[in-house]
Amino acid sequence: MANALFNYILRLADSTIILAQRDAEWTGHGPYLEEDLALTNIALDLFGRGKALLEYAAKLEAKGRTEDDLAFFRSERQYFNAIITELPKGDYAFTMLRHAIVDTFDLLLYSALMSSTDETLKGIASKTCKEIQYHQRHSFAWIKRFGLGTEESARRVSDALEQLWPFTDDLFDQAPAEVDLINAGIIPDRSSLKPAWQNHILNLFNEVHLKPNTEAFMQSGSIKGIHTEHLGHLLAEMQALPRMYPNATW
Amino acid sequence: MTKDTQGPLWEVFVQKKSGQPFVHCGNLHAFDAEMALQNARDLYTRRGEGMSLWVVPSAAITASSPEDRGAFFEPSNDKIFRHPTFYQIPDGIGHM
Repeated sequence: MANALFNYILRLADSTIILAQRDAEWTGHGPYLEEDLALTNIALDLFGRGKALLEYAAKLEAKGRTEDDLAFFRSERQYFNAIITELPKGDYAFTMLRHAIVDTFDLLLYSALMSSTDETLKGIASKTCKEIQYHQRHSFAWIKRFGLGTEESARRVSDALEQLWPFTDDLFDQAPAEVDLINAGIIPDRSSLKPAWQNHILNLFNEVHLKPNTEAFMQSGSIKGIHTEHLGHLLAEMQALPRMYPNATW
Repeated sequence: MTKDTQGPLWEVFVQKKSGQPFVHCGNLHAFDAEMALQNARDLYTRRGEGMSLWVVPSAAITASSPEDRGAFFEPSNDKIFRHPTFYQIPDGIGHM
């Protein structure tokens, strides 16, 4: 079961740092100064959560690897982030809609993890929930601005939804080994989060006249380390420095 | 000059503790009140500077002009009855 928990924590950490990396790509390129800072702050929150999770994963593994080894010396197939987090940042409507979808999912997941029987996981979850509440408030406000804004902003957020929706089922996939963790009360059953997630996100979409294509073919595979072609490029950039100078410190 | 696309200006006021006055701490750009509030939180309260925030559209502030200084602010020191120097202020009263 220790191995199953290690894989599970890794999965949480990977989704967190890959999304953080995509958000961080906006640093210096935000729509205007204040929003640039806002998203950079959110990326930092995510990197902080990712670091705490990877530290715990490294401790569980007990093979002498550090959180940096786990972040910088694993390749694509060894990453288990939800596919939705690795998609290129797109325009700001795309970035914010992805955030709204993931924030809503994360808030439910980490709220449930706050009653985990695993003390470390419980601690990380309580700290992170407050942050996610803010991230969600931020992303939801943007979706309302886009959806109810101009003709162009409504079109952009609707295009973003068409691209993002097929990757939402992947968030709820569960590895067979996770069943033991669920039974031990360490993690929640992901399928139990789905009705609340759908309820929240569809309410938001309704409010801004967005309609997901429920007939769309759903893509998944992150649980097996299967990704789109985009993850490799992201990792190449994120890992370039530690791989070139393996003992670099900063 | 190129057009400013950063949205209107907002003034930010931070309250350190409940009961204390809101103190002006700077300004920022935002397109609506909610965005102004969120930006203010990121720019001015990330290090525990306050517990409560006000944002006010800068355009909503009416300011006195420097030319009015004499007429507006001359304290008329000759009218001693305007200054509460004849009273003892009890110790319990903090800010007067």
